[in-house]
Amino acid sequence: MKIAVCIKQVPDAEARLRLSGDGKWIDEEDLSFVINESDGYALEEALQIAERTSGEVVVFSLGPERVREALRKALALGAARGVHLKDPAFLGGDSLSTGRALAAAIASEGFDLVLTGSQSDDVGFGSTGSVIAGELGWPHAWLVMGVDLDEEGRKVKVTREMEGGMNELSNLDLPAVLEIQAGLNKPRYASLKGIMQAKKKEISEPGPGDLGLAVERLGESGAKIEVLSVAFPEAGKGAQIIEGDAETAARSLVEKLQKEARVL
Amino acid sequence: MSEKIWIVLQQRDGKINKMSWEAIRAGQALAAAVGGTAEAVLLGSGVQEAANELAQVSLNAVHVADDENLADYTPGRFVKTLEAAIGTAQPAFVLFPHTYQTVDYLPRLAQSLDAALVPEAVSFEVADGSVVWQRPILGGKMFATVRAKGSGPVLVSLQSGAYAADEVEAGTAAIESLSLDFAAMAPDREILGVEEAAGGEVDLSQAKVIVAVGRGIGDSDKMPTMQALADALGAELGASRPVIDSDWLPRNRQIGSSGQTVTPKLYIAAGISGAIQHLVGMKGSQVIVAINKDAGAPIFNVADYGIVGDLHEVVPALTAAIKEATTG
Repeated sequence: MKIAVCIKQVPDAEARLRLSGDGKWIDEEDLSFVINESDGYALEEALQIAERTSGEVVVFSLGPERVREALRKALALGAARGVHLKDPAFLGGDSLSTGRALAAAIASEGFDLVLTGSQSDDVGFGSTGSVIAGELGWPHAWLVMGVDLDEEGRKVKVTREMEGGMNELSNLDLPAVLEIQAGLNKPRYASLKGIMQAKKKEISEPGPGDLGLAVERLGESGAKIEVLSVAFPEAGKGAQIIEGDAETAARSLVEKLQKEARVL
Repeated sequence: MSEKIWIVLQQRDGKINKMSWEAIRAGQALAAAVGGTAEAVLLGSGVQEAANELAQVSLNAVHVADDENLADYTPGRFVKTLEAAIGTAQPAFVLFPHTYQTVDYLPRLAQSLDAALVPEAVSFEVADGSVVWQRPILGGKMFATVRAKGSGPVLVSLQSGAYAADEVEAGTAAIESLSLDFAAMAPDREILGVEEAAGGEVDLSQAKVIVAVGRGIGDSDKMPTMQALADALGAELGASRPVIDSDWLPRNRQIGSSGQTVTPKLYIAAGISGAIQHLVGMKGSQVIVAINKDAGAPIFNVADYGIVGDLHEVVPALTAAIKEATTG
């Protein structure tokens, strides 16, 4: 089975965030980046399916030059090839224009299945995979917690998370797009051998022309929303911070919970 | 401008969910702000009673698609139905509750209509004649203000708690039947059923005190320390999603949008950063204590008391202080 996996590179959750000069995003200088958490689970699921079916995983990512590092990491984990959409025309989009570009890159070669994470940890639209499915005209499922392929590779039984601790079970015809929820599997670590092999693996960089796409429909110019500004939440109504070393703070907290909040 | 605002509601077994009522309130507020009219849309099978309930709400109209082909939610039929209805009526804004069901199909609707999509909005403002939306980014550490550009409807899903369900304005609304050839629409997905995700049932909603642990505890071998704090308080242990995903606690102890919603009198969040998916499940707690090494963690915005520090030092100290105070 030939599987496309779309990954996004996002700021490390531990990173200290600062506003960028134009106030529309964060300052990316000196920021460390990682593969988006749920995309990592999607990649692991794809690698396991490829191993079971003697298949192949091709990893796609849209983003600036730094994204090459995320693709290299996916190759070290076992993906066969990478496709990097890095032309400036692809960048700065919303999920519609981003999904459109990724779908075109996926459509330019045949796949049986597309896996991606359910939501990015930075902008968190939770939509790009569904847009890819819409562009390809394939069925999709979002927030997938279980993937069970039939033996002929024609259908996939999907467990999808719902609110309140319930799951929906359904069958999708292949090819399909599955948007994976974090926690589906146990992502592997890269081996030294994998890291060495990754250096020889191909990362192609098709441009808009190669994919037959008009630049007005891509990236920032193809987006239907624009970001006016980003900001930290207003401080003030937050917690009363209790100072002191651990022991002092703990005693002081207990006293407040007893006398002020009266919940102990 | 006299703009038409639609609110697409979600129901299960004929009951409209709370987040949909919140979306109605948002729609009424938006209609007032832009001088427009609000109309609701309800899809399902056997939803007449819910429609009658909506007839007593201040809305310009309620469009009801009541058909056995809509009994199960499927993205194929919901997208095709709404695509046709929106194409005909041309609302300027279409609001949705930001539920897992909405997020499953809304991007496809936006894609097929080539419409602007604003997921997970928490508020709006009218600025210079256009509507701008605030939405959380980077796990709730920051907020972005976004605006639709170009033509076509603007599709917006509203995060839980952004608007108050009990502030929905009563009035009257005319029920209008939305009739399409639903059977001819491909469902896109064969629904097999619904099952409970968790193994045994643990009802955290009745707990008076909860100690909730997050990714910040670092490793499962720290769990006994957390259990000791819970024991000292007579509390139940709960967790945010990453802890459950790492199998450090069973899924039936997950708190948040995909787990349980809790309202204890005391909620202690240890090593939880406070992603919005967690906050929606616990922000109704009476008193919230946050322990986190990152002073910028969003959990401190909803907490009443906070200790910024290493929870491996703070939690044992807290356990000792509680024992001392409650036995001494």
